[in-house]
Amino acid sequence: MSTVANKDKRAPLPGHHMVLGETDKLRLDSGVEFGPFTIAYQTYGELNADKSNAILVCHALTGDQYVADEVHPITGKDGWWRELVGPGKIIDTDKYFVICSNVIGGCLGSTGPKDTNPETGKPWGLDFPVITIADMVRAQTMLIDALGIGSLFAVIGGSMGGMQVLEWCKSYPERVFAAAPIATSFRHSAQNIAFHEVGRQAVMADPDWCGGNYLLEGKKPARGLAVARMTAHITYLSQPALHRKFGRKLQNRGAITYSFDQDFQVESYLRHQGKSFVDRFDANSYLYITRAMDYFDLSIDYDGRLADAFKGSKTRFCIVSFSSDWCFTTAESRQLAHALNAASCNVSCVEIESDKGHDAFLLDEPDFHMVLGGFIDGAAEIRGLK
Amino acid sequence: MNNPHTNINSAAIPLHSDRIRVDLQLIADMVEPGTRVLDIGCSDGELLGYLTRTKKVDGRGLELSNEGVRNCVAQGLPVMQGDADRDLGDYPDGAFDYAILSQTLQATHRPKEVLSELLRIGNKAIVSFPNFGHWRARFDLMFRGRMPQNPNLPIMWYETPNIHFCTVRDFVGMCDDMGVKIERSMVLNESGSKVSIDSHSRFANFFGNQALFMLSK
Repeated sequence: MSTVANKDKRAPLPGHHMVLGETDKLRLDSGVEFGPFTIAYQTYGELNADKSNAILVCHALTGDQYVADEVHPITGKDGWWRELVGPGKIIDTDKYFVICSNVIGGCLGSTGPKDTNPETGKPWGLDFPVITIADMVRAQTMLIDALGIGSLFAVIGGSMGGMQVLEWCKSYPERVFAAAPIATSFRHSAQNIAFHEVGRQAVMADPDWCGGNYLLEGKKPARGLAVARMTAHITYLSQPALHRKFGRKLQNRGAITYSFDQDFQVESYLRHQGKSFVDRFDANSYLYITRAMDYFDLSIDYDGRLADAFKGSKTRFCIVSFSSDWCFTTAESRQLAHALNAASCNVSCVEIESDKGHDAFLLDEPDFHMVLGGFIDGAAEIRGLK
Repeated sequence: MNNPHTNINSAAIPLHSDRIRVDLQLIADMVEPGTRVLDIGCSDGELLGYLTRTKKVDGRGLELSNEGVRNCVAQGLPVMQGDADRDLGDYPDGAFDYAILSQTLQATHRPKEVLSELLRIGNKAIVSFPNFGHWRARFDLMFRGRMPQNPNLPIMWYETPNIHFCTVRDFVGMCDDMGVKIERSMVLNESGSKVSIDSHSRFANFFGNQALFMLSK
């Protein structure tokens, strides 16, 4: 194995690790030639003889490769899309070979800012090159190449995962038979950039961030990262969902305390979200990955004419949005669908009624599952997959 | 549609029977196999699914109701939520061999613009609509003094989405104004079966409950 793999001083995480870019480096959008680097990934099911049944699932900002694991190695909980991915499920691992890889810049095994810079022998920190969604996808193509897979049956993902799906469809249309960009957009909105900036500023304002060198200093910007997560988490929910869950209920007390203690349940919930996030996520990775999302705009290479990004594409698209998602609205999904129509692409576009906000794509939403299942089954029939 | 007694888990039995509503069958019969079809107002995808399965068309759908879109996509049909008045502008010229608008024209805000959009994006347009020249509609107005209601138009005037009713002659008049060529036309009875009357005659406008046209530029 290359010296790059398993630089993490802690025990290596379970799953596959592939070292890539040893000879042909990864050319980043910023111009940097990067490599070698490691991509950590999980697979479920078996690749068929003609390698036509592979589905790539792309994870969201704080997701990871453990999409369908029974026990997540860090949190101990279910994999984040276990509801959808598994034997006999909508993304049926008895039928499909499912791949999910940790994005480059991430912190669950793929090379990211917490890993060691081979030139200095110290953690990369802010010397890690800035990563874009296209860079993440380019790294994924290198993994898919290394696995010997030419064309993917489907690329599926929500939120930032959906951005990767769209990037695949734009840059490698001949390698994607079917695509499901879910709760996502072709570009990050000003509002979303604004929330990300709040999160990054919270991290950077934490003295324990140490200008990005907290690992060298033996510290952790836990408070800053927790605040970033708390803010972001609110944007993933909706006003009705928060109200339904918490209302103005008090936390383990009969009356307000006239203090800044966590009187309300919603405060306690958010603090818990922030705290548990810090245990599993690297603060610098959070900066890099949020930046990648901010930079994402699929129409930028085409003078804003999004349709041109998909010209001649034979991919079958299924765009899904959720009615109460205010991070990635149905209006944005429809803009994408209209562009695909203008490019004569094969596109379905569905809005699912839900009050659960952006997070709905991760939750038990039967209508969503019915739609995605129908789309995958229909595409499999056309692809001739049994 | 599906036989409720069919065990849908059994792979040996096809999921869909290939029988569809009679008026939709007449539309399907006008469509050549292997063509590109846009079904506007495709509802639950009955016609689109049939055309995809039996005529192997490259079919797409546009449907206003979320529920309809969901049901279509859940069957594997490429359908998006949209509206004939608003959402046809994105499709490129000549993107389809047929643009189908079944029982929807009367619910559009600007039927004439919709029709010209159909003929821009489709080489041919197939349009069906309820005929207000039918004798029963005339009877309802003349003798009952009430807006026509029948099993195909069961909704009261204040609740109906149908806002632009016309007769067969009205529709032909609009086609003439627009210089649109009528390739085929027929009238249907209440159950949607073809009525064997010359569709150009006045009898057609009197006895046809619904009308079905294939148009080109």
